[in-house]
Amino acid sequence: MSANEDQPSYREAMREALREALREDERVFLMGEDIGRYGGSYAVTLGLLDEFGERRIRDTPLSELTFVGAGIGAAMAGMRPIVEIMTINFSLLALDQIVNTAAVARHMSGGQVGVPVVIRMASGGGRQVAAQHSHSLEAWYAHVPGLSVMAPATVGDARWMLAAALEDPDPVVIVEHSGLYNLRAPLGEPPAPDRAWRAAVLRPGDDLTIVAYGGAVQTALAGAERLAEEGIGAEVLDLRVLRPLDVDAIVEAAARTRRVLVVDEGWRTVGLSAEIAAVVSDRAFYDLDAPVARVCGAEVPMPYAGHLERAAIPQPEDVAAAGHHLVAADG
Amino acid sequence: MTGTPPSGAPDVLALHRRMLLIRRFEEACAELYAAERIRGFLHLYVGEEAVAVGALDVLDPGDSVVATYREHAHAIARGLEPGAIMAEMIGRAEGCSGGRGGSMHLFDRARGFLGGNAIVGAGLPNAVGVALAQSMREERALTACFFGDGAVAEGAFHESLNLAALWSLPVLFVCENNGYAMGTAIDRALAQTDLAMLASRYGMPAQKVDGMDVRAVRAASAAAVDGIRADGGPAFLECVTYRFRAHSMYDPERYRDRAEVDRWRARDPVLLHERRLREEGLLDDAGAGALAAEAEQAVAAAIAFADAGTLEPVADLYRHVYEER
Repeated sequence: MSANEDQPSYREAMREALREALREDERVFLMGEDIGRYGGSYAVTLGLLDEFGERRIRDTPLSELTFVGAGIGAAMAGMRPIVEIMTINFSLLALDQIVNTAAVARHMSGGQVGVPVVIRMASGGGRQVAAQHSHSLEAWYAHVPGLSVMAPATVGDARWMLAAALEDPDPVVIVEHSGLYNLRAPLGEPPAPDRAWRAAVLRPGDDLTIVAYGGAVQTALAGAERLAEEGIGAEVLDLRVLRPLDVDAIVEAAARTRRVLVVDEGWRTVGLSAEIAAVVSDRAFYDLDAPVARVCGAEVPMPYAGHLERAAIPQPEDVAAAGHHLVAADG
Repeated sequence: MTGTPPSGAPDVLALHRRMLLIRRFEEACAELYAAERIRGFLHLYVGEEAVAVGALDVLDPGDSVVATYREHAHAIARGLEPGAIMAEMIGRAEGCSGGRGGSMHLFDRARGFLGGNAIVGAGLPNAVGVALAQSMREERALTACFFGDGAVAEGAFHESLNLAALWSLPVLFVCENNGYAMGTAIDRALAQTDLAMLASRYGMPAQKVDGMDVRAVRAASAAAVDGIRADGGPAFLECVTYRFRAHSMYDPERYRDRAEVDRWRARDPVLLHERRLREEGLLDDAGAGALAAEAEQAVAAAIAFADAGTLEPVADLYRHVYEER
């Protein structure tokens, strides 16, 4: 991770993306808990109230079900709301609206009523905020036809992904990892339009591919660095989008390096890592030199105590150990 | 909430025609269900016609409507073609939702009819959001949101009334209080059964109305709509009504007795209004017969249209999950 304070942070990049959207499209407005006067629970929206006013930067009551539902209604009526939910754990209070209305309205209206809403939420652990603020539930949303799910893992994606989400005529959930907001890096250039929804190789390597998304991408990169020290070349594939999953990129990577390690902060059982392993098994089985390996979040509610929390979240040394084992297991 | 004149004098014969059409349409749905032409869940509005007809009569074409899963009547009263509704009932591509929604999910974007929603209470936040869009764009439009007494037990009800009042949004909340949340009587579900009083505590004008009297519903709706258009903020109507038929076609009605149903049937909104029209000299036997025949013909035409409809090819299964581009 860069310590260069001159470079923009993930938080600032996301704020700039929101600012650009508000400037460019009068239909865009923001809604959520403490996004205005407080400046956002992660300070992403700090300053936007002063710049755009209360009409478009709307502090809501603590009514997740209804302010998400209202965002859906406003989207049905032609607006482009961006709704912020403090954490993905709280989004469960709005799960009914997201899954039972936003995801299905277009279908059950025979294509008439789309819901172009963007719902942002923070996910993931590492800040000792325990079991009701730390979980990685993005697989729940990635499971649902009718939704799209983005997981910006880099400062560049924090800056550039929102525009693609807003252009989308259907609901998009953006999962931001809470541990990334202070990450600093150059913004880079916006991706080519045909790459906006595709996975990206962040680090080349020939011996294995580490597939990751969200906060786990930094862990994967750090693990790849350790593997490089022992002479193992690990490619890091950042999924970027969890639905639609870039299956081709995963399969191509498996064919290229013949070994796949999935790093997922979410729980292993019935999770995204299982889906990725199944994709590789379906489409690249005969390219593999070893079974797909997985490093996932421990299957416990997130503990408060720092040493236990650390043990529950994939760490660079876990990634390095799994990568080492995967390469050593070569037949 | 008195003293505000209705938006215009009601066409009382048109109100009656619409109630008759809905009544006949619902009876035909029951027949088609028995014949296994309509499948799935089917919730009929028989007994409650005065509410949808009275309330929707005062809306403008630019307004929006959010309804429940018992929404055939709202669709008809909003002007959707009965044929397109019936085609939806039997799963035809010509249905108002292309056969993807069925009885509980009737939609018509062009008429601002944003759906039957089958999650109790879930339509309220959506209506608040549509009204938010209308308000932010400074339109004169409003959103009518229908729901039952059962929805009052949902958190979404309270959150939505609070937000609509807090942000002064143009929502007409129409509670169809038919006394039962499926099979649970209102006094077994709600600690406070005076729903208009409850709503008024959120800081909006709220009125309890005889939901069996189409003109009373229409007048109260007109006053509420005038208030919304003048002030921007929401209003609430509690329309006290009764469902004559079972909750759905699966309901054995163990929770209520025949005498109660008969007491309410004596206040049948269609018959009440017909009697009144006769007393006023606006309807005689010949006229009543002609109106009944008109409704019968309209429903027969709707069924014929639906029967002539086509089945969407299975190859199209994956359409309408995301926008086609």
